[in-house]
Amino acid sequence: MALTGLEIFKQLPRTNCKECGFPTCLAFAMKVAAGQEGLDSCPHMTDQARSALSAASAPPQRLIKIVGSQGEFSVGQETVMFRHDETFHNPTGVAILVSDALGDDEIKARCEAIKGLSFHRVGTDITVDLAAVQNTSGDAAKFAAVAKAVSEQTKLPLVLISSDAAALKQAVEALGSAVKPLLVPTDGALDSAVELAKSQKLPLCVTNPDLEALSGVTEKLSADVPDLVICPGDLPSPKVIEYLSIARRAALKKKCRPLGFPALVYATDSDPAKAAIRASSYVAKYAGIVILDTVEPWAVVSVLTTRQNIYTDPRKPVQVEPKLYELGQPSDTDPLLITTNFSLSYYSVESELTAARLPARVLAVDTEGTSVLTAWAADKFNPETITKALNDSQAQGALKHHKAVIPGHVAVISASLAEESNWEVLVGPKEASGIPSYIKNDWKP
Amino acid sequence: MAVPDTKEKWTGKVNTLTLGATSEQGGTRTSTVTIGGVGCLPSLEFEGPKGNRPAIAVEVWDGDGEAMPAPLRQVYGDSLKNVADWAKKAVEFGAEMICLKLQGTHPDAGDRSAEQACDDVKAVLGAVGVPLIVWGSGVNDKDNEVLPRCCQAASGENCLFGSITEKNYRTLVAACLADKHKLLAESPLDINIAKQVNILASDVGFALEDLVVFPTTASLGYGLEYVYSIMERGRLAALTGDKLLQQPVLCNIGFEAWRAKEARGTDEEVPGFGPAEKRGPLWEAATATNLFQAGADIFVMRHPEAIRMVSESLDEYYGPKGS
Repeated sequence: MALTGLEIFKQLPRTNCKECGFPTCLAFAMKVAAGQEGLDSCPHMTDQARSALSAASAPPQRLIKIVGSQGEFSVGQETVMFRHDETFHNPTGVAILVSDALGDDEIKARCEAIKGLSFHRVGTDITVDLAAVQNTSGDAAKFAAVAKAVSEQTKLPLVLISSDAAALKQAVEALGSAVKPLLVPTDGALDSAVELAKSQKLPLCVTNPDLEALSGVTEKLSADVPDLVICPGDLPSPKVIEYLSIARRAALKKKCRPLGFPALVYATDSDPAKAAIRASSYVAKYAGIVILDTVEPWAVVSVLTTRQNIYTDPRKPVQVEPKLYELGQPSDTDPLLITTNFSLSYYSVESELTAARLPARVLAVDTEGTSVLTAWAADKFNPETITKALNDSQAQGALKHHKAVIPGHVAVISASLAEESNWEVLVGPKEASGIPSYIKNDWKP
Repeated sequence: MAVPDTKEKWTGKVNTLTLGATSEQGGTRTSTVTIGGVGCLPSLEFEGPKGNRPAIAVEVWDGDGEAMPAPLRQVYGDSLKNVADWAKKAVEFGAEMICLKLQGTHPDAGDRSAEQACDDVKAVLGAVGVPLIVWGSGVNDKDNEVLPRCCQAASGENCLFGSITEKNYRTLVAACLADKHKLLAESPLDINIAKQVNILASDVGFALEDLVVFPTTASLGYGLEYVYSIMERGRLAALTGDKLLQQPVLCNIGFEAWRAKEARGTDEEVPGFGPAEKRGPLWEAATATNLFQAGADIFVMRHPEAIRMVSESLDEYYGPKGS
């Protein structure tokens, strides 16, 4: 059964070389014990120690890496069924399908569209992770050429889907040995694809709608091809979720090694909205990679946002540094807006101002990462804390006016804040979305 | 290798609750809605009863819908000027219930009187045959003045009235007991407070089986993960037998989703996110379907396209409606 951190630590070199990415061997050992790191990350362990430990210490779900021409994508090594039990660790990969039956110009356009699928939300860019090239042409040479073109144009790691193992082989050769795509052999091509995955050390996807049959295959295969991905194929949404849930439970709770791999699922409905809804549900319920057949930004952004939400670490309060932020080089007559240091509150205000190109100062008051109304109810966003933040920020030095705008939700504190701080307090809109029109129509320095 | 048995043995399930009353049942509704009864996690119905399909209620305001975001004003048109027309439109759009929000009774937003609110309730009951949710303005004193009168005006109709909170519950509990309505218990994203409100209602004589809980909703991209985990924890507690968390759950989807700039922003305001007529409805629908995975029983929604998408998604889990 699982080893303790100390048992693992005893087998490590104990040199604290940091090459594993952790400050000490003990810290690394604790991570391995928690199932969040593999022993492979330690380059100096003796073979003897490695074999003694590896069987018992391998994470219940394997981490799979897919390497592109620039950068790589990793997924798996999840440790819990419910995000509130800890967190979900490695965000679901969102892959966009590219058919090799498209013409050169269409492929170019598709790659451009894929590159454009990047959205700025709450201070981060959320993007697509993978391109999935599908051999619908039936032509191995065409498939190889398209795989190469997509790799070069999108720079993304690839998923290669074909019912012809020879086509997969040709594509792998065309891509060069530095690129490590995920192979997805379909319709009986698995056996011949195994050789390719084994010789080139590539991750391989095993498709089977029946978990019992699937686990028989993966158990046999994993000695030769350790990096496996599992896939239910084409099933209705509820059945896919049942499949993903049982596989994850079996791996995490029963240490079922043959199912201890991330799962790839398809949400390739021709209606982008339907696909987005399906994909979002799969993101919430344990998918490792989800393949979409759309480049409509409105559809893809909802999936990427779902992923951003679900993979937010619930153990960390999401906050920004409490301080005075200057947006768009504000002058001494531009407004001073007050909000909390809860990142959603701050970034809602920030994104409205930057989108409308309105220069302003934003004071993020330290509310320990709680939102305006929550902080107000908990007495962390009150005349005293706001006055202290105003004084500490020395905002006055940068301003000609003496006016501070507070969120409309806390209008009730405007009089007491004015008294406490000696600032002129203006009541702004309740929602950040009202800020641009408020500044345009109501703001006078 | 055999897949190990991973089956969970759940000992509890969500209460089954019916809203609305037909003429045989002492009301005037032409249809009723039954929710709850689920004894497993979504899609894992080999572990317990799958329960009833979640219901879609559509939001109607007791005042001018001018403040609705533009894409919604477009589809609802002039019906937004009048509660009865608005409610009819909502039913046309697929509402299985109407959620009448009496926000016009808020002292700062019209300060409509209890009489006017009663007229609005009666107007909706007269205009449509689906069950009714009546939701106050959230100002305690005003709700305590308005809602009991509305309870009386809708007596026999088996409505869902809300909301009671930790700080304000006695008046509305008494009114719902007297006029035999169901109650919506609200809590601010806090599972312990959710239980506490249920305990308070139960202590003054309201049956736990007649409550629906509103654990607070957040939109996709704006805190959905908090709500998701609170709801998921609540559902797991219900399945493991906690009677104080076995109430069906309501999600206020439309209101939250349409606050997000991704839904309401014009194409100039959110460049690169795609056309507004596609963006908004999907943002609303995905908020609902994501929360469905955490365990939800009523979605309060707005846009007809979003309603259609959620309904189609539910068809996959429950079969076509009415089957």
